Formats: sequence, structure tokens, C-alpha cells
Amino acid sequence: MVKKYLSKIYMGIIFIFLYAPIIVLAVFSFNESKSRGNWTGFSLKWYIELFHDHDIRSAFYYTISIAVIAAIVSTILGTIAAIGINSMKGRTKALILNVNYLPVVNPDIVTGISLMILYISFNLDFGFNTMLLSHIVFNTPYVILSILPKLKQLDVHMTEAAMDLGATPMYALRKVIIPEIKPGIVTGFLMAFTLSIDDFIISYFTKGEGVTNLSIVIYSMARRGVRPTINALSTIMLFVVLLLMILINKRSNGVEKKKLKREV
Amino acid sequence: MDNAIIQLNNITKKFDGEIVLDDINLSVKKNEFVTLLGPSGCGKTTTLRIIGGFETPDDGEVYFDGHLINDVPPFKRQLNTVFQKYALFPHLNVFENISFGLRIKKMDESLISGKVEKMLELFNLKNYGKRRIDQLSGGQQQRIAIARALVNEPKVLLLDEPLGALDLKLRKEMQHELKAMQQQLGITFIYVTHDQEEALTMSDTIVVMNDGIIQQMGTPIDIYNEPENAFVADFIGESNILDGVMIDDYLVEFLGKKFECLDSGFGRGEDVDVVIRPEDLDLTPSGEGKLEGIVKSVTFKGVHYEMDIVSNGYEFLVHSTDMAPVGATVGLTLTPDDIHIMEKGE
Amino acid sequence: MKDRTKYFAYPYVVWIFLFIALPSFLVLLYSITTKESNGLTTIHFTFENFKKFFNPMYLNILWDSIYLAAVSTAICLVLGYPAAFIISNTHISRRSTLLFLCILPMWMNMLLRTYAWMTILGNNGILNNFFSFLGLPKVNMLYTRGATVMGMVYNFLPFMILPIYTALSKMDKGLLEAADDLGANKKTVFRKVILPLSMPGVISGIIMVFMPAVSTFIIPQLLGGNKNMMIGNLVEKLFILNGDWNFGSAISIVMMLIILLSMSVMNKFDIDKEGGARLW
Repeated sequence: MVKKYLSKIYMGIIFIFLYAPIIVLAVFSFNESKSRGNWTGFSLKWYIELFHDHDIRSAFYYTISIAVIAAIVSTILGTIAAIGINSMKGRTKALILNVNYLPVVNPDIVTGISLMILYISFNLDFGFNTMLLSHIVFNTPYVILSILPKLKQLDVHMTEAAMDLGATPMYALRKVIIPEIKPGIVTGFLMAFTLSIDDFIISYFTKGEGVTNLSIVIYSMARRGVRPTINALSTIMLFVVLLLMILINKRSNGVEKKKLKREV
Repeated sequence: MDNAIIQLNNITKKFDGEIVLDDINLSVKKNEFVTLLGPSGCGKTTTLRIIGGFETPDDGEVYFDGHLINDVPPFKRQLNTVFQKYALFPHLNVFENISFGLRIKKMDESLISGKVEKMLELFNLKNYGKRRIDQLSGGQQQRIAIARALVNEPKVLLLDEPLGALDLKLRKEMQHELKAMQQQLGITFIYVTHDQEEALTMSDTIVVMNDGIIQQMGTPIDIYNEPENAFVADFIGESNILDGVMIDDYLVEFLGKKFECLDSGFGRGEDVDVVIRPEDLDLTPSGEGKLEGIVKSVTFKGVHYEMDIVSNGYEFLVHSTDMAPVGATVGLTLTPDDIHIMEKGE
Repeated sequence: MKDRTKYFAYPYVVWIFLFIALPSFLVLLYSITTKESNGLTTIHFTFENFKKFFNPMYLNILWDSIYLAAVSTAICLVLGYPAAFIISNTHISRRSTLLFLCILPMWMNMLLRTYAWMTILGNNGILNNFFSFLGLPKVNMLYTRGATVMGMVYNFLPFMILPIYTALSKMDKGLLEAADDLGANKKTVFRKVILPLSMPGVISGIIMVFMPAVSTFIIPQLLGGNKNMMIGNLVEKLFILNGDWNFGSAISIVMMLIILLSMSVMNKFDIDKEGGARLW
């Protein structure tokens, strides 16, 4: 069973590699001094500084609000588009899917720059709106990619059955199709939200004066050197993410358990 | 035509340039159990879908109870469909599936409840109302699909090969149940299948289709005993089809011998197809029959023996409760009644 | 009865024309035009911007980007394949925990993950402080190409593990039993059955690491410093610092071409634009 031990050691090393940096960041966020080598004592002063930092507070506000709005808009836009695209055939459909796929494939920097050029060419004022618009642009393809497979899996006779029973096409859409693709819609929404929260490059190129997001703030702080307030921020974010993922995991496990129960 | 609840006149339908239905004319009477029967691709499902409103004909008219319904969408037609793979709504439970159509009609909740419960009882699924669809067996889902359609009390029920996914025993049970239900409820059933036994069991009228054309329409007995062409003869039941020549009325020659038969009206010396059913051939001791042959293979089928017997170069399929072993020489005998003459097919 | 749902797509078609097709076209336009030195833009079609790129200084940057991305991808593959393999062979009860642990870092902000290495590799960082503690001399690790590679491997490793794991877990175990039954030993089974069948996952992983690696600019900026520029930094500098949109656009087009080229090479393997090949 040497193999089992080797496997465990190997995975252990991989996970140490993946987590050590983040954990180090977290540990030193509680360090009294700025130093990253010496532990001078436990302190929450970096957290307090974090809360008082105006830049970070406004960045946080913008990050969340853009992520929420962009996720909602791109989910609605993407759902309608996916339903439409699913009914298309042939070369038109292929063309649309290819163009739709472009922001997914393109490096963020190219997407960001192309949008920047677009806005300037149309003399738009850079600001909250341009950043929001950009987020919707790059989120929607991912929403569509989440929903299309679910649509393809739908029994084609389901809409016909609904109409056979007296439902108008709209009623069938509302009461039959959308409930069926709901998992895809939810996944799409979560993806859009996550991508927006995390985005740096596209926001960087399409924001305006006074508008920023967390990633950009961290970038400008990091460029000036190491700051323990960033450590504090990263610890908090790590915590939130951990919590979210545990919640999501529990929820999907709970659904699994309920399913098993009913079968018994 | 007066009693016809569904009337199709000169219906033609093309898909991608190919003709799928070629000038179909069909009349379905009230309270009839009609089956559209034929092999894959013959156009039977397309015909059903045109009646249901899911396809529009390129040419021709569809009448429902005397009204032209070509442009009426499915949700406005007073018929309901049972789909091949049931198409039940997975996110709704049994009760919600069955009541779907009634809810759309904005019926009173208590009324809906009563009707759905009655349906569940009718199908032996009492107390299944709250169950989820994925917890049901194939047979149960099938019955829910039918219930969902019937609860709307349509004048016509369309069924698209609904029993295909069930195992043999269940299928046979359901065939009898469906037939009984149709007679009890007094609804017109239009049924599509490729299984000729199923069609023979359930139908008042069978419409045999092939290549988008109606080959023959009639009662099961007519279709079986008096097939009008080689396709029908071959598709319904099993047949031996031989080349023959009409010597004169009531006299045909095949395999070098002359036989009396009951058909007339063919030209003298005309080439014809001769159809003989396997169960109509009887075994006799060698030399005592009209034909002589050697047994090539024997299979025990429970109900009868199935034998391949070669006579004068033609391999006959014979179904008989008598048996002769492989290699034996036997005689075959048949009556004029057993010989069916039809025009040479393509 | 006509299916009118396809009209639902029309608003989105307008949208993608406006926000995806048009901007790309504008970039293309900028790349093939130049600005006159008096500041006025004239529509003067030229390939000058592309020719500028064929200067050894810039070609070096291009080559460096591809090289570093390739090295990072290779390291990710070497580290990631065994990890994916081990996870796929773990009992299903513990598998989701392992996957969870692999996915979690991806949810952490990329800048923070990169910043983490700044604190580790810096002259006053953890490692160097540790070395001093041991009496060893300090090593200059930050602002080197090695640091950039380290940052890229760190950021993109999960993107390699997951697709390979997906391909391995979807493998029909019956095939392994068949190979066994036919007399193959474990090594042969791996070489001739497992490895080839996991190829779509490997290809997926390579694409998902190489593409962002070759085009990133955060990682080389924060970890590589100004001396180790990659193509992403170059584009950013041209647009933000120099204001040379024409040349910047030309390089963007070059980047797009590299990506599209590597994708079409890999395209035979798994990319389903309708949403098939995904991270998880």
C-alpha cells in the first residue's frame, strides 16, 4: 500500500502549495508589525485600518452593486437569447454562437480594450455605466453557455404537449420551459456574479474617474508595495468565500438527501 | 361524410423537398377506433401531427366536426394527444400534470380536484397525486399521460405509438384497457403504430400506409383476409407471395400447377401476385397434397410450429400444429379460399 | 404551426453586433491605420503597425510570453495530471472534499493570489526572512521570470486539474476491466487505455492554462517587474501610458490570432460552443 501513502503525500504537497500562500497572508494580517518575516504580536489594527479606508469601502460598494446588477441583467438577457438561439438552425445559428463565444475565448485584455475603443468612438462618458455595460457584455455569453445545454435536453414534445392541452406559446414558456431550465439559469446567474466580482482587466479599461472595484484597488495598492491591509482584506474574502462554498455544498447535499428520502 | 368527426381532403406534405404525404384522403367517424398502421417513415405520424395541429399541410384541408381547422393552432383545437415518450412535465407532480389542461380553462379548483381524482381511480392510481414523475414506472407514466389527455374530455384522442416503450405483457394489458376505455367513454381514438398485431387487436378501422399513400382502409378482418395489394399482404400477418398467371376467372397457375381460386376480373394470361397465409397451408403425407416439398427448418413457437418447406423452388413459410422433421418430404394442401390474387406490385 | 421563439434571439443579435463584433472591427481598423504626427487621425490604410512589431525588441517579448506560458502550462500538466488521477481514483465519499479543496482557490480573487507571492518572494518576504534566520544569504526572487512562472502555475493549476479529472472520471471503468481481462499490466493499461482516453481533458486543460497565461498582464506586472515584460504588459503600456492605439491594436490582433490559432489546432478535441466543455 505504498501507493496509497505516496498518493496522500502527493496530494498533501499539492494542497500545501495551493493554500500556503493564502494562509500565510491570513496569518500575517494579524501581525502587529508590517514585517512579513517576524511575528511581533497579535493585532487587529490592519482590520481597523481596512474599515476606515475610504477607497476600499467605495470599491467594495461598486464591486457588489455592479456584480448584482450585471448578473441580473445578463441572466435575463441571456435566458431570452438562449431560448431564441435554441430554436435556430444551420449557419445563422453557428455564426451567432461563434460571435457569442468570442468574449469567452478572447483574452480579457483584448475584450477590455475593444470596449474601451467602442465607448470612446461613441463619445460615451466613462463611469459606472460603462463599467456595468462591459460586465453585462462579458457575462451574458457565460449565461447562454449554461442554459443552452439544458434547453437541448428538453423533450421537444413538452412544449407541444403543453399547447395540446390548451396552453398558448407564452403560457408554455412560462409554466413549462422556464421551470425546466431553472438549474441552468441559476448556474448562469452564479457564474455571472462570480465573474463580475473577480474581474480586473475589463473593469480597468472601462471604468471612469471615481469608479473602481476591489480588484483594481488591490492592484494599485500592490503596485506600491506590500501593505498589510491587503492581507486583512484577503482574509475576510477568504472567509466569505469559504462560507459561501460550504453553504452551497450543504444545499446540494441536502437536496441529494431529500431525493434519497423520497425514493424510500 | 356526415358522421365524420375528422376529415382530411387531399392532404400533401413535403419535408425538405421530399413528399411525405401524397394526396391523403381520410374520413374518421365518431366514436371510432381508427389505427394508422405502417412502417417507419410511411407518414402515419405526420398525418397525426397534422390533425393535432403541430404540422401544417402544404396542400389540402383538415376538417374537425365539419369546421375547417387548417389555421387553428393546437391550443385551440378540441382534441388531445398522447405522445410517444409521454412528455410529462418533470417539475410538476402527478396531480399538477393531469390538471394542467383544466387549469388553463380556468376551471374551479373543486371541480378540477374531482375530475383528477376520478381519473386516478380509473387508472388504478389513487393516492398517486402527490408523487413526482421520476418516481413512476414506465407503465404508470404512460397511464398518467393518457389521463392528462382524457381529463379534458376531448372529442378526439390522438395517440402516437404510446405503448412502444412498455414490455410485452404490459403492452398487451394496456391494449385491452385502451380499447375498453374507448368504448366506455365514447371518444374517437386515432391511434398510430407500426405493430400490426396491436392494430388488429384494438381497431374498428385500420388505415394501412406506406410511402405517404394509403394502401388500404378497412376492418381488421377485411385487411387480414382480403389484402388489396402485396404490401398490405406482406405487412399484415405473414404471407407467402408467389408469381402466378391468371389462366381464366377463378383459375390461377403457379409453381407449374393450376389451382382453383375465388378471384375474378383479371385478364387472361395476366401476371399476378398470389398470396397464401402460412396458417392456411396444411401438412399431408407425401404424395397426398397439391404440392410436394422438403422441410428445410422447424422452429417450435409454442402456439404452432413454424416450418420452411421448399417446393418447386419456392420456400414456403408454414404455420401448423402438425410437425415434420427437417429433411422429410411432405405434401401441402390448401383450399381455393386460401388463395388471394392481387395485381402485380412494384 | 410556426415556431416564433427564434425571434427571441433577435435583440441579442443586435447586442452582440454592437458590443462584440463592432468593437473587434474597430480594433482591427485601428491596427491598420496610423495617426499623423500632428495629432489628427487620418484614414490611411497601412500595415506599418504590424511591421513595427517585427522589431527584435517586440518579437522578444512575444517569444518570451509564449515561452513562459508554455513552461507554466507544462509544469501545470506535470503537477496536475497526477493530482487529477489520484482524485479520480479516490473513493467517491472523499472525492467531493478533494474537488472542493481544488476549486476553492479559484474563487479567491486573482490579484490576491498573485499578491500572496509578492509577500513570499520579496526581499523582506517570508522566504528570505527564513533564509536569514538560517544564516543563509538572501535570494533575489521577486521581479524575475521565475517569479512570473511561479505566479502563473499557482494561479492556473486548478484549471488544469479539473478538466483532466472530468475526463478521467467519465471514463468507462468497463474498459479497464476489459484491458485487464486481456492480459495488460497496470503500466500498459495506463499507457494504452487511460492516457489516450484522458486526452480530451488534457487538451482542455492545456487550453485553459495556456490562453490566460500568454495574455495575462497582472502576473508579470506584479511579479515580473518592469524588466520582464510580456505581451499583455506591452499592450497595456501602449494604450494607457503611450496612447499609441494603433500599435496597441495591432498587437491585440496578434494576440487574438495566437489564441484563435491554438484553439483551432485543439478544436478537433472537445470544444462545444453550445456549452459542452466547461471547467466543472
